[in-house]
Amino acid sequence: MRHALLIRITHWINFLSFLALAVSGVAILIAHPRFYWGETGYFDTTAAFELPLRVNLDQTGWGRDLHFLAAWITVLNGLIYVAWGLLSRHFRFAEYNSLQRLAYVSVIFGLLPVTMLTGLTLSPAVTAAYPMLFAMFGGRQSARTIHFLAADLLVLFLVVHVTMTIRAGIVTSMMGMPVRQR
Amino acid sequence: MISRRKLIAGIPAAGAVLLTACKDALPPTYGSLFDASNTLTFASHRLLLRNQPLVREFARDRITKNFPAINETNPKSDRYQNLLAGGFAEWRLPIAGLVSQPTELSLATLKSFPSRTQVTQHNCEQGWSAIAEWTGVPLGYLLQEVGMLPQARYVVFHTVDGWWDSLDMFDALHPQTLIAYGMNGGELPVAHGAPVRLRVERQLGYKSLKFLSRIDVTDRLDDVEDGRGAVGAAYGYSWYAGI
Repeated sequence: MRHALLIRITHWINFLSFLALAVSGVAILIAHPRFYWGETGYFDTTAAFELPLRVNLDQTGWGRDLHFLAAWITVLNGLIYVAWGLLSRHFRFAEYNSLQRLAYVSVIFGLLPVTMLTGLTLSPAVTAAYPMLFAMFGGRQSARTIHFLAADLLVLFLVVHVTMTIRAGIVTSMMGMPVRQR
Repeated sequence: MISRRKLIAGIPAAGAVLLTACKDALPPTYGSLFDASNTLTFASHRLLLRNQPLVREFARDRITKNFPAINETNPKSDRYQNLLAGGFAEWRLPIAGLVSQPTELSLATLKSFPSRTQVTQHNCEQGWSAIAEWTGVPLGYLLQEVGMLPQARYVVFHTVDGWWDSLDMFDALHPQTLIAYGMNGGELPVAHGAPVRLRVERQLGYKSLKFLSRIDVTDRLDDVEDGRGAVGAAYGYSWYAGI
């Protein structure tokens, strides 16, 4: 049994845009692979942690462009998915076991909103309109650090999700992407 | 919390912004898929910022020690070094283009104008951020002084090291957009763009050009330099950097 066509299309778009976000996120990150807690953070500040990556300042231009293009696609695609899912009652969590449910709920209601909101907190324009974002995450650099950590957990979720899907043999064909059998 | 009434009231506003964006306020970032998304970001931000809010300002005790100085930190040209040696007494900032009174401002004249001092956070595109106090003349005041003409839509900035960038009037006239000559209570240091730099607080740091040498007011950007609105565009840096 395959999911409805719209669910499959939006899920694949989501997969590709998420990969684009991850790749472009790394391109942005390697310009300054140091993370801080609080409002400010720069070369002389003690880092909360630092990644052992070679600094590369030349990838942020296309990195940002791709990141924001993919972010827009993810958001617009996600709205279509959620709207259709609610209208067609696609979301039937009863069919999943409790561990799966915990994973999906924490991704949908935890990691995704946190990643989006911390991303918006890095925008000097958005925060001029909504300065409460800084208070929500304890400052600009804290928001950047949380954005990175939440994105890591999303990548981890993706790896587990894809692995389990493949191992369960429920991908009728890769392009079929219905991740469920009756 | 956004009420339904507010949301409904917001729809025509959104439409107006988007329509305007399509009609004649398009930033010089269009033509590719990336630019389409940057234009979407630009239009959404203009909607969010329609009441021209200020960015946060901090108390002076939040000022960062050793604010990073990046990119050009001391232009080598003889002309700049001579001006520096003379304490910038001979330095002039020409403001020309679509203004009724083209002017060449000296540093002393600039300092005689009403000033604004603000402690703000600088957000570098690399990811670091730091807080400094900036003192300068609001660009909006200067544009008024030189008699900006009604058809003016963009302000183009050139620097002594050959950099250039531009703002549209929405950002140029924002109260925190400064032509800054002071930093942390003193003169603007050479490493930070002496004698005068730009501060554009609602965009990434790369829009806040150091070492200003000339300001031009114009109604279009497609005939300025390579027509892409900023020197950074050639290196993949989007013209609009509100992100």
